[in-house]
Amino acid sequence: MAEEATSKNRALAHGGLATLGRLAVSIFVPLVTFVVLWGGFIFLKESKAPPALIAIIAIVWGVGGVALLFWVADWTVNRFPPAIAKRLQPFVFVGPALIILAWYLFLPTLRSLYLSFFDAQSRNFVGLANFVYAFTDPKMLESFVNNLLWIILGTGGSVGMGLLIALLADRSRAEKAFKSIIFTPMAISFVGAGVIWRFVYAYKPVGESQIGLLNALLTLFGAEPQAWITLRPWNNIFLIAILVWLQTGYAMVIISAALKGVPSSIIEAGRIDGAGELRVIGSIIIPYIFTTLVTVSTTIIIISLKIFDIVYTMTGGQYGTEVIASMQYKQMFNYYDFGKGSAIAIVLVLAVTPVMWYNLRQFSKQEGF
Amino acid sequence: MSIKTEQRWLRLVNASLIVLVLLWAIPIIGLFISSLRAKSDVLNSGWWTILYTKSRLTFANYKQVLGGSKYTFVDSAGRTVRASGDNLSRAFINSLTVTIPSVIIPLLIASAAAFGFAWLIFPGRKAFFTAVVAMLVVPLQIALIPILRDYQKIGLTGSYLGIWLAHTGFGLPLGIYLLYNYVSTIPRDIFESAFLDGAKPLVVFARLVLPLSVPAIASLAIFQFLWVWNDLLVALVFLGGTSDVAVLTQRLATMVGSRGQDWHLLTAGAFIVMVIPLIVFFALQRYFVQGLMAGSVKG
Repeated sequence: MAEEATSKNRALAHGGLATLGRLAVSIFVPLVTFVVLWGGFIFLKESKAPPALIAIIAIVWGVGGVALLFWVADWTVNRFPPAIAKRLQPFVFVGPALIILAWYLFLPTLRSLYLSFFDAQSRNFVGLANFVYAFTDPKMLESFVNNLLWIILGTGGSVGMGLLIALLADRSRAEKAFKSIIFTPMAISFVGAGVIWRFVYAYKPVGESQIGLLNALLTLFGAEPQAWITLRPWNNIFLIAILVWLQTGYAMVIISAALKGVPSSIIEAGRIDGAGELRVIGSIIIPYIFTTLVTVSTTIIIISLKIFDIVYTMTGGQYGTEVIASMQYKQMFNYYDFGKGSAIAIVLVLAVTPVMWYNLRQFSKQEGF
Repeated sequence: MSIKTEQRWLRLVNASLIVLVLLWAIPIIGLFISSLRAKSDVLNSGWWTILYTKSRLTFANYKQVLGGSKYTFVDSAGRTVRASGDNLSRAFINSLTVTIPSVIIPLLIASAAAFGFAWLIFPGRKAFFTAVVAMLVVPLQIALIPILRDYQKIGLTGSYLGIWLAHTGFGLPLGIYLLYNYVSTIPRDIFESAFLDGAKPLVVFARLVLPLSVPAIASLAIFQFLWVWNDLLVALVFLGGTSDVAVLTQRLATMVGSRGQDWHLLTAGAFIVMVIPLIVFFALQRYFVQGLMAGSVKG
């Protein structure tokens, strides 16, 4: 009897020790992981090794670090009693994403809203002054008008050209080859495209030989060369042309796929009823692919709304080409005015809320959630 | 339609397509040819003149933009000239260092999250995923000031870790959304048998979900790669302008400012920035198009 009790006690004590040990280990392992990763970060920051070596170490450290964190998190969760471990398990998978999204997108929206009510150094409350600035300052108004131009012409141009090329290519035997050339600029950065088109628009005074294609063509026909990039207000259109050149390929690919989905039977029926090609396109094909056109337009509207790189590279916002995103950048880095910068960012978010609302509505209709 | 009018129609279609395609291709061709011409040629005559006059092509422009500060070369008159290079080779390495983890890290995190949302049950699942959908279109401008302040506090400005995390944050909504759509279509039986065999979720994820999602992961990888490699704004804000860390797009934008009329260098620089994305793009175009079809709206 007594013997039994002591052995029970011993077992209990042993169990307690084991739990304690397990707890210690499950704190120790993540701690070691953290220290190792932090050490790597400090090393990368201070190290004077050749850049290529640093690059390789950085890549291994960064990617390996994330994989390791997942593994350690899973390992730690499995130290817990099964019932708790099962509840924690899903957060091993979605937790990192949720933390990063909260830090990088969700909280910043609230924090920017908060900052937009304060002055440049975020010290004194200024009420709506930054928003008054955002909606009345001449430069800001200029950027609104320009951005509207970007949205209308950029989206209209890309979708229109995309539709035209998709329709034409659909009727050609060399469809693939044509399409892949139009599609190529999608791989090119806004900055690279900026350089490509600056070169097309390059200007030299009258009398010198023009090295920019556009001015060379003009002078060929006896007209005077123009400094396109500084030519108000048309310069905006020359910048928007770059976006159209870049985004037409995207519109074309999506629209082209939708065209393949139009049943040939209704097209044939239209033709038999005597409709010409344009009539078939206007009354049958376009209504059929209308939702696709809306989706593509929405995507390009959002891209045009946030346009920054092209303006930054081509004009830096001078010569009347300022847009909302370039104004925001200037407030942040040229004037160090975090209040105005935040207010402009909030304006951008407000501008996309209709799309966000639409997306959420579509999503709530979706089955399975 | 008679056969004759149909033929005429087809000819018109092809002719207009050829015009459009030329319109799209000529700016790139002009850039490439100019990058191979000597400085004096580029600055004094249009690139199209090589079609009807004899002129020599050279790699000197590439040597100069890739070279460091002590770059020397022999000019057309045979003199040795010292000029400052643009050190794009360093920027090239920086771009790779920024891009590779900025593609892999969000892919890992997004695919884990997509698996969690699709196949694990936990409180708040629907609310969290709704938030992900809402964040699909949030402009990243909203994050610049708050995150920059955080980075200044904890010393992440100008560090690779800082920009990897930023690109991860901005790439996650689309990544989770696209991968969720894909992962949730994997047949239920596959998981059930694995779970019945006592496999742990991490094992199921690594052994089953990741291999099965390769097509979706590939198309997302191309998106993210093009986005990060071609990005200028995030790099300007979080990486800073020092040439130690500056990426290609930043260096090219700086060159436009400082060497605005040196077209022989700008064209070579632009081509260096473009070459990797173009290769990736052509090699993996199929996946890219699949990803586009899956619906793409990025914030």
